[in-house]
Amino acid sequence: MLVRLSGWGRTAPTVARLVSPRDYQAAANIVKESRERGVIARGLGRSYGDPAQNAGGVVLDMTRFDRIRRIAVDDRLVDVEAGVSLDALMRALLPHGLWPPVLPGTRQVTVGGAIAADVHGKGHHVVGSFGDHVRSLDLLTADGSVRTLTPDGAGSALFWATVGGMGLTGVVLRATLRVVPVETSYFVVDTERVDNLDDLLARQSADDDRYAESVSWFDVTATGPRLGRGVLTRANHATLRDLPRKLRRDPLAFDAPRLLTVPDVLPSGLLNRATGRAFSELWYRKSPTRYGQVQNITRFLHPLDVIGEWNRGYGPRGFLQYQFVVPFAAVDVVRRVVERIASSGHVSALNVLKRFGPGNRAPLSFPMPGWTLCVDLPVRPGLGELCDELDELVLGAGGRHYLAKESRTTADAVRRGYPRFEEWRAVRASVDPDGVFASDMSRRLKL
Amino acid sequence: MIDAVGNPQSLLVLGGTSEIALAVVRRYTAARKPRVVLAARPSPRRDAAVAELTAAGVPVTAVDFDARDVGSHPTVLDKAFADGGIDVALVAFGVLGDAERAWQDHEAAVELAEVNYTGAVSVGVGLAARLREQGHGVIVALSSVAGERVRRSNFVYGSTKAGMDAFYLGLGEALRPEGVTVTVVRPGFVHTRMTDGLRAAPLSSTADQVAAVVVNAVRDRRELVWAPAPLRLVMSALRHLPRAVFRRLPA
Repeated sequence: MLVRLSGWGRTAPTVARLVSPRDYQAAANIVKESRERGVIARGLGRSYGDPAQNAGGVVLDMTRFDRIRRIAVDDRLVDVEAGVSLDALMRALLPHGLWPPVLPGTRQVTVGGAIAADVHGKGHHVVGSFGDHVRSLDLLTADGSVRTLTPDGAGSALFWATVGGMGLTGVVLRATLRVVPVETSYFVVDTERVDNLDDLLARQSADDDRYAESVSWFDVTATGPRLGRGVLTRANHATLRDLPRKLRRDPLAFDAPRLLTVPDVLPSGLLNRATGRAFSELWYRKSPTRYGQVQNITRFLHPLDVIGEWNRGYGPRGFLQYQFVVPFAAVDVVRRVVERIASSGHVSALNVLKRFGPGNRAPLSFPMPGWTLCVDLPVRPGLGELCDELDELVLGAGGRHYLAKESRTTADAVRRGYPRFEEWRAVRASVDPDGVFASDMSRRLKL
Repeated sequence: MIDAVGNPQSLLVLGGTSEIALAVVRRYTAARKPRVVLAARPSPRRDAAVAELTAAGVPVTAVDFDARDVGSHPTVLDKAFADGGIDVALVAFGVLGDAERAWQDHEAAVELAEVNYTGAVSVGVGLAARLREQGHGVIVALSSVAGERVRRSNFVYGSTKAGMDAFYLGLGEALRPEGVTVTVVRPGFVHTRMTDGLRAAPLSSTADQVAAVVVNAVRDRRELVWAPAPLRLVMSALRHLPRAVFRRLPA
């Protein structure tokens, strides 16, 4: 079936043959029979750019592989198929008092996608990224065989090339993940409203270590001394004793309402300077400083998950997320990027700033020690030029882009940002010499 | 591939010495360096365009292309696609001719029809097949407002543009489910070599202004645009004028 596919940003749609294999054998056959334009796996389509689409080729819809095969409560391990969403996984784990250690900004991603993008969450400074918690994975490779890979020992190079490898080493079919015990599904949250960017950076630098989760939102529409004013939210998992009596009756409750779904009729341009400013003002005002507040998962971790298809709010032209990391020493680049966006006339309402902890062994894994900043920008004339300028700042400071969000940079920028790129490339070439696995992103960035 | 903000990685210009098309190429090659294929008859102008782009660090190849020699078009396109896919293909060739000669001189009339219509259809079919295989890409067809309501003063040219405009609009509908966008661009009077010596009509523009419209249209995946944009309203009004009134308008 020919289907038009795009990423979550709804930019650059292309058409591919979308196939939903029933079982691993069917998936293997599709890979073996692939032709010139290749195959790529796709989960829930939450990557912002083009890594899960494949113009003129085949896209494997993995969402049918949605079985949670085994939860080993005592060993704190879970064996899942790659198409299982983190939402489904969390719902299955909570009744056992278990928790996936890494949750990105949405639960609507698959395990396969989380591995391929090596996603991170607000707890990166403590727990690392998704790949750090994979004990083993089954990879369908270009020759049609399935290899079981582990982080150490034989096959570990392919394991780490698959973590963060954007689906280009093969198709993750199944994985065993390490999970962590929790007493409740709640968080004890400290919210601090902060007047400007410098203060925001300083507070996160001072005592992030006291929290399991830490992230800040900041305003790029306020100018002058209030530039980068923001809201810092940091939290730890709530223990039973932290909960008010009312919540103690069902401490592992999972509340994820879907309040509304955005219809696909909105025009582009709804987010402009006026609405962007109003939204930012509102967001800033609604978050007064408060310590020790008990919040549920949705409110603390995934506020956007209550709105279905929220990306439609940006209209048919779509939007992009610009996310980068720079070393701590280059904190000045964070300031300059914020100033440059504020003065550009482009508007971003959802801006996130966070400190990363150490990175992992995967050559294309995004996180490294430093500041990561993420902004949402609707596509408008001049956006390409603005992002090109930001690229120079970021790459010049030894930073890099997050490929799960990437949608417009150059092949050269990826090579500059990821010094171990050629090492990854060599592993990919050894396991897929003919380039069976291909995506719009791999063609665009020559991955 | 075309990225999220509309940067293509490869361009093909059919009619590679067209001033509008070269203005589009300059805009696309200002910041990035996409691969460019210029298909045109060998000429000093083509050589100059190749030299200019090469000097700017743009990988460029020239392919011999004669719009009237439709039999050769499949080979021309094979050569144009030899180095990989094409993200944006501009159909930019056309002749204006002498309007009075064009409806009275057999050879002049046939040349206009063959270049502007038959040639455009010929390459359109070939581009469609190739872009369909790719599952993506944009065909930009440079039409003209002259084809939107054909005037006595240049009706042969206008009729050829009306034909190619209709063909590419229809092609866009046919290719929509295949992931290929066809963008029909209707400029008004453009100051170029082709219109040198003619009196400029109202709402005239430069090649670079038309190029800006093209670049925006490709980024926004638009299927029909006017250059400049207000011409859309003007032409909409003109389309509905009774013939008796229309023929009295100053040429």
